Parts: sequence; structure tokens; C-alpha cells
Amino acid sequence: MNSGDTAWVLVSAALVLLMTPGLAFFYGGMVRDKSVLNMLMMSVSSIGVVGVVWLLYGYSAAFGPDLGAGLLGDPLRHFGLAGLLGSGSLQQTVPSAAYVAFQAMFAIIAVALISGAIADRARFGPWLLFVALWVTVVYLPVAHWVFNADTEDAAGNVVQRGGWIVNQLGAVDFAGGTAVHINAGAAGLVLALLLGKRLGWPGEPMRPHNVPLVMLGAGLLWFGWFGFNAGSALAAGTTSAVVFVTTLGATCAAMLGWMLVERLRDGRATTLGAASGIVAGLVAITPACSAVTVPGALVVGLVAGALCALAVGLKYRLGFDDSLDVVGVHLVGGLAGTLLVGLFASDSAPAGVSGLLYGGGFGQLGKQALAAVAVLAYSLVLTLVLGWLISRTVGFRLPAQHEIDGVDGVEHAETAYHFGGGAPHHRTAETAHATTRVGTTQTQETAR
Amino acid sequence: MKLITAVVQPDTVPAVQQALGELGVLGMTLAEVQGYGRQGGHTEVYRGVRHSVELVSKTRLDVVVEDESAERAVTAVADAARTGTVGDGKVWVTTVDTAVRVRTGERGSAAV
Repeated sequence: MNSGDTAWVLVSAALVLLMTPGLAFFYGGMVRDKSVLNMLMMSVSSIGVVGVVWLLYGYSAAFGPDLGAGLLGDPLRHFGLAGLLGSGSLQQTVPSAAYVAFQAMFAIIAVALISGAIADRARFGPWLLFVALWVTVVYLPVAHWVFNADTEDAAGNVVQRGGWIVNQLGAVDFAGGTAVHINAGAAGLVLALLLGKRLGWPGEPMRPHNVPLVMLGAGLLWFGWFGFNAGSALAAGTTSAVVFVTTLGATCAAMLGWMLVERLRDGRATTLGAASGIVAGLVAITPACSAVTVPGALVVGLVAGALCALAVGLKYRLGFDDSLDVVGVHLVGGLAGTLLVGLFASDSAPAGVSGLLYGGGFGQLGKQALAAVAVLAYSLVLTLVLGWLISRTVGFRLPAQHEIDGVDGVEHAETAYHFGGGAPHHRTAETAHATTRVGTTQTQETAR
Repeated sequence: MKLITAVVQPDTVPAVQQALGELGVLGMTLAEVQGYGRQGGHTEVYRGVRHSVELVSKTRLDVVVEDESAERAVTAVADAARTGTVGDGKVWVTTVDTAVRVRTGERGSAAV
């Protein structure tokens, strides 16, 4: 056990946790004021649901011993973290519990990312059900494929088998371009199609109601992402430091790339564009951060920023209401980063593989493409099954009138902002208003 | 008594307040409003999508004054609110039947 590494992994876990509230603000600012609270809640509630799932059987299914063929870990071996809390239980040089905590945050944000695709129109209870099912059926196997490396003893013999993408295939996905971003982006696409367009989309203007909130969220995401990427080294050393600077470089270049596209296409570089470019760059460098040197990182970022800025327009051409561009940013950015490893990987970077442009031939590019397609296809199919089941049984989409009234009021009995008329002695009038919308007399304010 | 209603650029409100104050007008009611006139709206772009914003933010202010002060007050408001650009707003005057000071019950001019 190494105390420096342990400290870094624990700090990184806390950094990655902060990404999910950051995502909540990033998304929350982009919706209309009548659904901002629900948008925050879709992210924040993922922390609750996935945290419990993870500690019970999630970690074990993703990182427990392989059940065969590298497809899934044993969900019961470490049920409730059994066998992982003793002082002898290590993951490389850090306590297993630190790794459990760190990886929990990845599962949490992966599912929270999906919520942006179905903003303003999903029922809250079915969303919680979806979170639990999606993490179990989609995320845990994919995390096993991508993150669960074989464990070897001192002599180099494999003592515990892991997942097929990281071990048999040998694709490079350092921190989750496939497992988190392609996975969530594909799921977002499926749910956007399954739930259908928001009422009025695309004819009615649906302006972001609070752009400063979006930038606050982007800032928190960027801050936390250093834990996501550099923490994935699982050690405080050269790899984490190199990953830190490639993450920085790609994100800066992506922000500039997105703003450049806007300046040329729309006439102005926007605040929302800068915030979006930051996230696009972070997404794209996530799989690549250990495999590229600084020039490669800058190219990955610039390409991702410009590409995602163009890709967010696709939904209008193709007619699917991916409300907050989970596809345009996370699926497209994740695919770009994963595939660009095959071009720009340099053997002088920590991962030590060579891409096409660094004399490595097409081999790595093929592995990257196969990993990306496998995760994409798995997520598309299984998310469709889960989403369809929820729609057909409990129902996933809000009734039309509730969507018009605003999801905050009908699903949470709350209003984000009281502009005017909010003085305390008007409580009676407010309560009457709230009860009309909720259709019940048991609101919080009555109870008070 | 006259009710002077003005819809003006929000930035000009302090100047209007000062101009009316110099005339001895002791109160006014303000509201943030939205509307459109010849100025029309403007266009905003979010992630490449153009949104036409037709309603523009303005401030509406209501002042009740004595008949003989009305003309000077209207001029003061218009002068103070003028920037010379499209969208400076409008001022109009209506006759008021009566007014009541809520605290004392006084009516008419005494209530203004």
C-alpha cells in the first residue's frame, strides 16, 4: 500500500463526485425555468440510486472475478463489499475500498449524463427505475469489459481474469471514452427517440434559462475531470501528471475550436459555446489522455470541439429531440476521442502504443473502432429494451398537460424561482396555486 | 389630476426619477415589463440555433400629478428618458377621477 497513491485516489474520487452536481448545473441552466429543478434532480438522484447499487453488487459485477469470456464479473463475490475492507485487500497500491469509491463516481455520472437527452418530459419515478436498471444491465458489464484489467501475481501469471476490451482486445480507453461517454451518448439517443419530442419542438424557442449556471457547471466538470482522468492512473506519479496536462491541453483547444466554428458560422462566439466546447474536449481526451503527447492532445481537442459544434445541429436535420445534446457532445466526442487514439497515440506517452500517424499502422485504430462499436451497439440495444419495458409498464413520459405546466411543479411540487409576489405573507395564495398544479392538498407548504 | 404613464429604457430610470424629483413629484410606481414597438426584437444564437426574441425589456412607470404640473412632468420624463435611438419608449397621459391615500383616507389632490 502506498499512502501517496491512496491519498490521490481518494481525492480524485471526491473530485469525480463533484462532476455530477456540476453536470446538474450544466444541464439545469440549459432548460427552461419550469424544469430546472427536475433537471438537477435527475443528476443528483443518480448519486443516490447508483451509490447504493454500487456498494451492494455493482462493484462486484464490474470488478469482481470474470464469470467467463470477459463479459461480466461475479456480482456476489464482493456483495456489500465482502472481502474488500481488510487491510490486505489492495487494488495495485491502493486499498480496494478507495478504488470502489473512485469507480462508483464513474457509474454515477455515466447514467446522469443520459438525462440531458430527455429533459422536460420524463416522469421522475420511472427515471429512478431506469437509473437502477441501466446501471445494472448496461453499465456494469461495459465497465467490466473496459476497466477490469487482469490481475497478475509477481511472476506474471494471471490470478484473476477481467474484461475482454482491456485484456483480450487491447484497445486503449484510459478513463472511459467508451464505457462512460459512448455508452451514455448511445443511451441518450435511444431514450430521446423512445420518449419522443418535447411539445412544440423544434418550432417553439426553448432558450437556456440561465447561461451563467451552465458555465458554473462546465467549470465544476472541468475541475472534477482532473480526478476522472489523472485519478485513473491509480497512482500519484508520472502517468497522472502527464494525463493532467493532456487533459488541460485538449480542453483548451476544444473550447477554442467550438468558438471558432461559432464565429465563422453564426457570427459570434458564445458563452454557451465555450462551456460546450470545454465539455466536448474533456469527453474526447478521456480515452486518449494516456496515449497522446501534447501535440496529439491539442489536435484531439481542436477536432472534438469543432466536430461537436457541428454535430449538435444534426438533431434538427434528423428530427430527434436530444434536448441538451448528449449525442452531439458525448457520443460524437467519445467516438472522436476513442478513434483518434488510433491515429495520434505515441509510444512516448504513458500508454506506450503507436497510432497510424506515429508509425503504428492500422492495428490500434482497428482495436479502437471495434471497442467503440461494441459498446455503442450493446448500449443501443439494451437501452432500447429497458426503455421500452419502462414505457410499456409504468410509463416513462409525462402526460401532455403536465409537460405544459412544467415538470418541476407536477413531479416535485416546487418552483425554482419566485420572481415577484413571493413575500412570506402571500403563502396562502401560493399554496393555493401549488395545490392546483399538483392536484393534492398535501404539499410541503401546507404542512408548514 | 393626471396619470402619467411612461414605458422607457430601463437604463434611463434614474435620470427620470431625478428629473421628476426636481419638480417636486414625490412618488412613482415602477414595473419591469416586456413589449415591442418599432424597435422590434433581436436575435440570439444558442448552439447554432437562432432564436428571435420579439419582446424587449422595458420599465413602465406610473405617476399621478396635479393638473397644472402635468405638462412640465411629461416634458421632464420625455427629456430624461431620451437617448435618441429607436426604442426609447412612449409617454401618455390620462385623466384621473380621484385618488385615496390609504393611510389617512384623504381624497383627491391631498392624496397625491
